[in-house]
Amino acid sequence: MSAPDDRKDAPNGTDSRRSHVEALYQELILDHYRRPRNRGTLEHPDVALRKKNPLCGDVIDLQLQFDGDTLREVRFTGEGCAISQAAASMLTQRLKGKSTAEAAQILDRFARMVHGEEGAADESLGDLRALSGVSRLPVRHPCALLASDALAEALASHR
Amino acid sequence: MISALPRSEFPLLAASPRLAYLDSAATTQKPRAVLDAICDFYENDNANPHRGAYALSVRATERYHEARARVAAFLGVGDPDCLIFTRGTTESLNLVASSWGRANVGAGDEIVVTGAEHHANFVPWQQLAIEKNARLRICELAPDGALDLDRLRALLGSRTKVVAFAHVSNVLGTIAPVRDIVELAHRVGAIAVCDGAQAAPHLTVRFDELGVDFFAASGHKMLGPMGIGVLVGRRRLLEAMPPFLTGGDMIEFVEDDHSTWNRLPHKFEAGTPNAAGAVGMAAAAAVLEGVGMDAVRAHERELVRSAYRRLSAIEGVRIYGPGPADRSGVLSFNVGDVHPHDLATILDSHHVCIRAGHHCAQPLMRRLGVSATARASFYVYNDDADIDALVNGVMAAREMFSRVGA
Repeated sequence: MSAPDDRKDAPNGTDSRRSHVEALYQELILDHYRRPRNRGTLEHPDVALRKKNPLCGDVIDLQLQFDGDTLREVRFTGEGCAISQAAASMLTQRLKGKSTAEAAQILDRFARMVHGEEGAADESLGDLRALSGVSRLPVRHPCALLASDALAEALASHR
Repeated sequence: MISALPRSEFPLLAASPRLAYLDSAATTQKPRAVLDAICDFYENDNANPHRGAYALSVRATERYHEARARVAAFLGVGDPDCLIFTRGTTESLNLVASSWGRANVGAGDEIVVTGAEHHANFVPWQQLAIEKNARLRICELAPDGALDLDRLRALLGSRTKVVAFAHVSNVLGTIAPVRDIVELAHRVGAIAVCDGAQAAPHLTVRFDELGVDFFAASGHKMLGPMGIGVLVGRRRLLEAMPPFLTGGDMIEFVEDDHSTWNRLPHKFEAGTPNAAGAVGMAAAAAVLEGVGMDAVRAHERELVRSAYRRLSAIEGVRIYGPGPADRSGVLSFNVGDVHPHDLATILDSHHVCIRAGHHCAQPLMRRLGVSATARASFYVYNDDADIDALVNGVMAAREMFSRVGA
């Protein structure tokens, strides 16, 4: 017995939710998921921090090294979904070499973008804007914010 | 494979023809008959049961008692006073751990659970063990996720007070050999506590024949409303146990310095009961009896067999647990390196509802060596179109992720 017509799926492209999800899982994000930048550990970190998302069990371990007020090196390890891993990879890439104040500003802007605040996604976010689509998926906000919350906490503990 | 109950009987499914609801192990959709029964109670018979001397309150009391008798018959309980209405399986299991456990488990005693337990049948025992300086022992599973009776036998001894286990695993769908477990538990003088949350909706359950000392189930996983469930226990044990919650309805006399307790089942039902919930759960039992539990089981077997075959044919799909013949209507799986949360988001965009995560079974996830799985679970309203949607969605997710090589 085959499905009645009204139970059959619409062809691709006619469904806004589907095209939205397809746009989110674009190559840039999958590339960061498959080949995460700054993944690993540092020998002499100034700050080390672990953060968990109890909702899904994702964990991130962060290590940061500073040169005065500048974030010189940052590494992460952890397990998680494409969104959380790509966010960690892109965020660490974006923040490296920035002052703590600049880094905090980027993290704040990133969090506002994830929460769907209009105009939050400006050029200072660079590639991170690829994650803007998460704003329409509230259940995935914690995935996108795990690394940025951890980084914000780590920066605050250095200052 | 058409559904065992037409989607048209479920208002939510009828309103969303394209929705493939495959998360019934979390909660089921509700048929019109259940929604009507709840509404009917509030529209025609609503008053506080057991309280008023007026006719309306008497009617509410009768409806509540009828519901108890109906659910007791559905679960094969010959003595309906031994069926306690609770908020659900979690509260039922906490009741046993707290009331029976605190009175009967002491320092050095042992509580045995399995590695496949839902947190609701794990954490209450773990906390009891911590409080009493008792030892929580975990029976490891066979390689296919089934309960290993030899391991269980070896774990049990004169110190064992409780053997707590799930009748059906909410992650793997494995069905426990209840009578064998009960025999092993009783041989060493332990009680057998059965988490029936995933059994009552899917299998014929006859409490009086199972031999377990306590059996817990939830209404919302068997077509009934949320917030109602049952604990069934042996009369001898229930009568000897101290109350769980105290307050109205559960007392006999309240003196200034002490109180005495009402008889069963009221002793364990403090406060105004969820009478409408009980009426709804009874209506759900009637719907399932109408289909026939053998037909429910046969329908799920067909769906699981088909889903298992079609999913395992997709490259990169790994299904956890035993083969389709030995499981209830639950499939936990992963798709290559697609994280279950990403898979659930992508499937959602294909109108397919599955669960992703640890399924309230973190000890089992550790034993499977994964942090999370995707889980599809089936029930009476599912049909081939739901499996088509699941398979198409999984293939789309695989394709999406394969655009970028590892």
